[in-house]
Amino acid sequence: MSDAVAHAEGHAHGHHPDLQHHFDTLEQQHEAATLGMWLFLVTEVLFFGGLFMAYMLYRVWYHDAWVAGSRELSITLGGFNTVVLIGSSLTMAMAVRSAQTGFRRATIGWLLGTMGLGLTFLVVKVFEYKDKFDHHHVPGFDFQVDAAHAGIAGPMEIFFSLYFTMTGLHALHMIIGFGLMSVITWMAYKGRFSPQWYTPVEMSGLYWHFVDIVWIFLFPLLYLVDRT
Amino acid sequence: MSHVAPKSMYFTIFGLLMVFTALTVFAAFHHLGIFNFPVAIGIAVTKATLVILFFMHAKYSSRLTQLFVVMSFFFLLILLTLTMTDYLSRGLKTYPGGAAGAGYAPPSAAPSHETTPGGEHEEGAAAH
Repeated sequence: MSDAVAHAEGHAHGHHPDLQHHFDTLEQQHEAATLGMWLFLVTEVLFFGGLFMAYMLYRVWYHDAWVAGSRELSITLGGFNTVVLIGSSLTMAMAVRSAQTGFRRATIGWLLGTMGLGLTFLVVKVFEYKDKFDHHHVPGFDFQVDAAHAGIAGPMEIFFSLYFTMTGLHALHMIIGFGLMSVITWMAYKGRFSPQWYTPVEMSGLYWHFVDIVWIFLFPLLYLVDRT
Repeated sequence: MSHVAPKSMYFTIFGLLMVFTALTVFAAFHHLGIFNFPVAIGIAVTKATLVILFFMHAKYSSRLTQLFVVMSFFFLLILLTLTMTDYLSRGLKTYPGGAAGAGYAPPSAAPSHETTPGGEHEEGAAAH
């Protein structure tokens, strides 16, 4: 805050140092940032939407391959990752709340917790991917299925293509989110945020929750097609 | 500046999300016929709604922001439903002389020419 006071005194007008000149108030600036972030998330919804569209059509066409492909995935690892990722959404929400209420150390703590959980998710994903390589379930890398599924090998390859595309893009989003959060944590450490201005924390939060929502759909669609 | 929700709200939402996660795994191990897919999607939509409303503060956002949120899923629904109505109705030849449900099947592992949508182009080319 001492920086903020010095900055405000340096100017003839005593506005908040983080209020940009093209906005009237911090509230207006915050509203514009929130709306802009959501607009970006709209494009993200449609970006993943195309893949969900492909998933739905092929699932209707090749239901047997979808069931067989889904059963090759580990519910234990997928379920564990679901809990980890929803947990990271909780810690992220708490980080935003700590920034709102001006608790710097708590903000940093929750952000580091979120990054830790995000990293846990990615490490589990690496082991899942490695298992797929070991079992020749990676399209383009000597793809093979059990003799029992020889008749639906082609459609199963489509299932695994979508599995790797969707979870891969999701993981890429998490890696980007991890990078964002490293910057936010550094800014929090430097005392850049205050209850009046914590926009980067909140916008990173929106992004992270969106990534969580994508996984909320991916988990049942990929891991739980039919387990009866 | 903006709405500060109590800590208990975030933990309650997290608890609900965990319950729904357990529920969706539980449902997948039971045979519900054609309802397995709608149930899984229904639970996922419920979880996503909880995250959007409470973790992403959409409940406390301005009307304009809320409109954008709804708009994203509205356009997603257009993408999914219009494309699916196209693909799933291609075999429905209900005009006089057409055989309902005949003449169309999803491409098999070894696609045959009669069943691909491109077949109509060939007819057109043959006529000229």
